[in-house]
Amino acid sequence: TMEERPNHQYKGVSTGTTILAVQFNGGVIIASDSRASMGGSYVSSKIINKLIQVHDRIFCCIAGSLADAQAVTKMAKFQLSFHSIQMESPPLVKAAASVLKELCYNNREDLQAGFITAGWDKKKGAQVYTVSMGGMLISQPFTIGGSGSTYIYGYADAKYKPDMSREECLQFTTNALALAIGRDNVSGGVAHLVVITEDGVEHVLIPGDKLPKFHDE
Amino acid sequence: WAPLSSSPHTNSTTIMAVEFDGGVVIGADSRTTTGAYIANRVTDKLTPIHDRIFCCRSGSAADTQAIADAVSYQLGFHSIELDEPPLVQTAANLFKQMCYRYREELMAGIIVAGWDKRRGGQVYTVPMGGMLVRQPVSVGGSGSSYIYGFIDSKYKSGMTKEECLRFTADALALAMERDGSSGGVVRLAAITESGLERSVILGNQLPTFFSA
Repeated sequence: TMEERPNHQYKGVSTGTTILAVQFNGGVIIASDSRASMGGSYVSSKIINKLIQVHDRIFCCIAGSLADAQAVTKMAKFQLSFHSIQMESPPLVKAAASVLKELCYNNREDLQAGFITAGWDKKKGAQVYTVSMGGMLISQPFTIGGSGSTYIYGYADAKYKPDMSREECLQFTTNALALAIGRDNVSGGVAHLVVITEDGVEHVLIPGDKLPKFHDE
Repeated sequence: WAPLSSSPHTNSTTIMAVEFDGGVVIGADSRTTTGAYIANRVTDKLTPIHDRIFCCRSGSAADTQAIADAVSYQLGFHSIELDEPPLVQTAANLFKQMCYRYREELMAGIIVAGWDKRRGGQVYTVPMGGMLVRQPVSVGGSGSSYIYGFIDSKYKSGMTKEECLRFTADALALAMERDGSSGGVVRLAAITESGLERSVILGNQLPTFFSA
């Protein structure tokens, strides 16, 4: 269990973070902040990219130990591209999520990384999967993760509705990130958003000072 | 697994208070736990300290009950000496003095809210450790983490009493949905110059939201 682990607070660079992925009508948006911190008091990087492209229409975002996450995604990217060549077709989003899950579950004692996988494939369209730190895999219409996500559970539950338009989804995601960054000291920097649809992938970057502001700011 | 009876009773909880022009609205869930057992599923965590001053209790049930008893005694005495209703700020400071002095022994997070003639509706928060700060809206307890984003996005100044009641009920319902230590019914109270209105929202009448 997590409680039995020694305190890994200073193990290395860790992404205290806010990540989320949300389905909308015709696609999915995956988003994150850009702060990497060490021990909660030093920002080791203001602008890292936590959205990793594992295939043409599949992205994943990472929470937890940055080192573990980079190692796992590197391996997953290789396995997926090999799988895709063998199958002679783009991989399913579920396949990408499963590859990550296998790695997380089989190495659960040593790893400290969780993932959100989101993308588009021809079989099921836009999908979002969560792979938790212990290696559980579940599919959800939207999901939030990272330390900053605690503060936006209420907001996300209240504001999410299925079958949003692309613009509504962008607004929802941007607001959620801004609210989490506003309360979590280990989330911050810029907001990275990636919009994935059948037609392609669009990267949106919102600098910190252009994020929506709320009543007390 | 420690035996259940040796765990202290805690109001790990969600509590909230909002100021409006003319008074305050306060709210809380109703769950008290001993370990994993829900010792009381209909707890009243909104405790009167004086006619127009209430406190919302979170943390150790024993500690907060004892503190509230002591403060309501001190405040009642003070009010008689003054021959006037006491100020909310006075009540808040009494809580702070006790929570700060005994900070090592206590586990208490308290929100003090009420109405007085000098400053109208006021909300003061006294979290664990014994700080005191006035805020237009304050949340506390274990469930509060989940609704910071919702509160930040939804709160605006100049809300009416009805809007505040709605806002509080929504926020508490969202927190209760996500926090295992919060649940049961939502207890609400509106405190104004003219008096006190208490209400309860039962489980099946709570506002519902999307659940992923």
